[in-house]
Amino acid sequence: MIERITNNQLYHLVMANIRELMREPGVLFWGIVFPILMSLGLGIAFTKKKDIITTVAVIGRNHLVKSPDDSASIIRNFLQINKAGTQISKNGGYSKTLTIRNDKMGNTMFIFQAMDWKHAMVLLKRGNLNLILDEKNGAVQYHFDPNNPDAQLAYLKLTKLFSTTGRIATASDTEIAPLTVSGTRYIDFLVPGLIAMGVMMSSMWGISYAIIERRSKKLLRRMVATPMKHSNFLIALITVRVLMNFVEAGLLFLFAFLAFDITIQGNVPALLTLFIAGNFAFAGISIFISSNTAKTEIGNGLINAFSMPMMVLSGIFFSYHNFPVWSIPVIQQFPLTLMADGMRSIFIEGAGFSEASVPIIVLSSIGLVFFVAGMKIFRWH
Amino acid sequence: MDDKLVIEVKNVFKSFKAVQAVRGIDLRIPAGQFAAILGPNGAGKTTLVEMIEGIQEPDRGEIFIMGKTWKGDETYLRNIIGLSLQETHFIDKLSVWETLRLFASFFGIGKERCEEVLYIIALEEKRKAWVGNLSGGQRQRLALGISLLNKPKILLLDEPTTGLDPNARREIWTILRKLKEQLHTSLILTTHYMEEAEQLCDYIVIMDHGKILKEGTLTMLLGDMNDVPVQPVRTRKITLDDLFISLTGRHLDD
Repeated sequence: MIERITNNQLYHLVMANIRELMREPGVLFWGIVFPILMSLGLGIAFTKKKDIITTVAVIGRNHLVKSPDDSASIIRNFLQINKAGTQISKNGGYSKTLTIRNDKMGNTMFIFQAMDWKHAMVLLKRGNLNLILDEKNGAVQYHFDPNNPDAQLAYLKLTKLFSTTGRIATASDTEIAPLTVSGTRYIDFLVPGLIAMGVMMSSMWGISYAIIERRSKKLLRRMVATPMKHSNFLIALITVRVLMNFVEAGLLFLFAFLAFDITIQGNVPALLTLFIAGNFAFAGISIFISSNTAKTEIGNGLINAFSMPMMVLSGIFFSYHNFPVWSIPVIQQFPLTLMADGMRSIFIEGAGFSEASVPIIVLSSIGLVFFVAGMKIFRWH
Repeated sequence: MDDKLVIEVKNVFKSFKAVQAVRGIDLRIPAGQFAAILGPNGAGKTTLVEMIEGIQEPDRGEIFIMGKTWKGDETYLRNIIGLSLQETHFIDKLSVWETLRLFASFFGIGKERCEEVLYIIALEEKRKAWVGNLSGGQRQRLALGISLLNKPKILLLDEPTTGLDPNARREIWTILRKLKEQLHTSLILTTHYMEEAEQLCDYIVIMDHGKILKEGTLTMLLGDMNDVPVQPVRTRKITLDDLFISLTGRHLDD
């Protein structure tokens, strides 16, 4: 029995594809490690709040440190009450640091640097700071470019701070209710899209490119000059790629679960069916793309021509609803959009078979149409 | 068709767009014969062999292999033919052994034959080496080994030693000579090396511009040259190159 299996051509074709895949470190990196790194990077960038550091120039040292002949200063008084830390740099520069702590929105750190007007303008032109403070006639004056949103934000924050006498009110006291529950974060939007994109890219390059390369190297011609069944060649290639896609998606989900607490809110069998339908759609497209050319340069172009528009338009990283209204119904019919939207509805919205049935049927039909069309014009020699 | 003929090519034509690659060729190869199709690059050798292999279809004419044609008897013919194409690249990341096992599986052949072939092509020490790490000569021996897996009745080798250094070429010749002694295989080999044709084959077909210029045994072909003056006159042995020059005015490797 074992010998029958180990002499079977499908077994050897599958094993050959697996070995080729596993012996190429680049494939493992780009297929498994890279999507995880991407989700980690984007997840941290868009999910975790970070401290905002704003440097503010204060014209005149007397607004930060008191000298015997100084009159009262609003800025100095405020920093004193709130116990701002003092730093003196090696070149004698004097600054005070005030951190406004906020667990919900992230901390904001203001660095007030004492300097003269000329130096402040130089730093403003260089983009090292956005806001210059001065005091005239017992009032704080703000100098900034009103078209600069960062400068505007710093101005709004500081005006609020200086209008409160005494200690700063923190956001914990206010009524901000951050939406950080599972399903509403950017990472919840991102991961299903990354899984769908992974299936598309993996199929396009793993199936299309492999066929074109084998044709260009005359390996395909050599193989079909034996009694090898043509169907076995394609079955092996697609099977290995789908298995690889399962591994890639599984590892990405596991990572997202451990690092970001992502869960599947909907029906898991529906998700698996949709995943298989997506694989079938992209496998069919890949066979079609690779059906006739023997030049890898043309293959590269064809793969990019199919995959790039979908990568950009299908809303993998950001919602496609930002595109013009007329284009949205078209974008929604792209295989990648169908798969990503379907997976998001199951992951985030708790959808089941009834909601996922349309993308499952459409993706399967796309796969079938492209597969049949591809086989009609497939060139084995 | 004559029962003793393994290959019979009848008035075959083949064109690619404006290029007439093969122009009315007739060829008969009896069982057990080693035949060389000799000619310069672009003579139409590969096109002729690819039509015999069933890879190309003739525009006109008929090809019989063991009395059968590619239409209707493809599975049978694929099982009795062994072939080595010009410049085939196998999968770089598979070992020699894995490559042999893969191709053996297409014929339903087990490990034992793979071991035999590995011995025949003298790559036992390279059994675990990846194909991508083999030298040109070793790759060509592997290609030859793959063509021998099914103990073919007909072996078609398209320029099996092109691009190899003299040592690697001689290693291939040694394998083929042993094969001739041990098996009753018919061989068609295309080459533009006259030495290869002289050394290995008992029947030589000289082709140019898609046509057969002359065919016969080496003795017959060179015998016809006795009446032709060769420069410098009779101070060296007459070769197939001399014959080719007398037929075309060009050298074989031009």
